[in-house]
Amino acid sequence: MNCKSVIREISDYIDGDLDLSMRQELERHLEHCEDCKMVVDQTRLTVDVFCDSKPVELPADVKSRLHGALRRKLHEKSV
Amino acid sequence: MLCVTFIDARARTQPPIGLLMPLSATNPHRLPSTVARDDEHLLVAAAKRGDTHAFEELVNRYEAKIFRLTMNITRNREDAEDAMQDAFLKAYAHLKDFQEDSRFYTWLVRIAANEALMRLRKRRPNQFSLDEPVEGEEDLMPREIEDWGPSPEQRFAQTEMHEILSEVIDKLEPDFRVVFVLRDIEELSTEETAKALGISVPAVKSRLLRARLKLRQRLDRYFRRGVTH
Repeated sequence: MNCKSVIREISDYIDGDLDLSMRQELERHLEHCEDCKMVVDQTRLTVDVFCDSKPVELPADVKSRLHGALRRKLHEKSV
Repeated sequence: MLCVTFIDARARTQPPIGLLMPLSATNPHRLPSTVARDDEHLLVAAAKRGDTHAFEELVNRYEAKIFRLTMNITRNREDAEDAMQDAFLKAYAHLKDFQEDSRFYTWLVRIAANEALMRLRKRRPNQFSLDEPVEGEEDLMPREIEDWGPSPEQRFAQTEMHEILSEVIDKLEPDFRVVFVLRDIEELSTEETAKALGISVPAVKSRLLRARLKLRQRLDRYFRRGVTH
C-alpha cells in the first residue's frame, strides 16, 4: 500500500470500517511511514476535538422566543 | 461574522464548550452517543398521548444541541434560530408519525438538518449542492505534515478552542460541512446521514473523507508544534 492509498482509506480506517486484510496492510505502511502516521493521528484528533466539543447553553433571547412559539402552538392545539 | 458575534456573546456569560476528552487512539470504534437518556421513550410516549410537559422536557433536553446543529449547517444565527424553531414545531405536529424505529433525537436531527439545509439553499442557491459528484483525488494528498506536539486540549483554553473550531468549520464548503456535522458532531451513522441528506452511502463517505482532511489541514496552522496564540 502506498501513501495515496492510505489517504484514500483514512476515514474508513479511523471509523474501524476496513476489513482485516486492508487494515493490516495499512498498519504495515504506517510502521515505516512517519508522514502517513502523523496524518492518520491528526485526522483522528480532528474528528475527536469536534466530536467532544459540547454545545453551549441556548442564548436566553433565543430560548425565550423558542418557548414562546411552542407555548402558542401547544395552546392552539389544546383549544 | 455572525457566528463570531454568537461566540463572543456566549463567552461573556459562560464557558463555551466542555472539556475535551483525551484521544481514543486505541479504539477506533466510537461509543454510541450518550444523548439519549433511558427515559426518552417514556417522554415521547407521554408527549404522543398529549402531555405537553413531556414534549417541553424533550425540547429543554435537546434545544442546545439542535441550535448547535442548525448553526453549524447555516452559519447564520437568524437562519439557525428559525430552523431550530420550525424543527421543534414540526416535530410536535408530526409526533404521531414518529415510528420509534430510531431514537427520537435522531429523528429530530433529521428534521432540523432539513430545515437548516432549506435555508442554506435559499441563501446560497448557486454554492450548495449535494447532487454534484465530488472532485478527483488529486486534492486529497496533505500539503503540510508537521508534528502537532502536545494535545490541543492541554494547550488551548476552552474559549480559544471554540473559536478555532468555529473558524475552521465556517470555511469548509457547505456540502462537506453538512456531512461532517451530521456524521462526526451529531454522531449519526453513515446510513442515517445518507438518509437524512437523501444521498448515497458512498457519497457520504467521499464527502466525509474530504471534510476530515480539509479540517485537519486547516487546524494544522493552530495545532502544529511551536505555534502559540
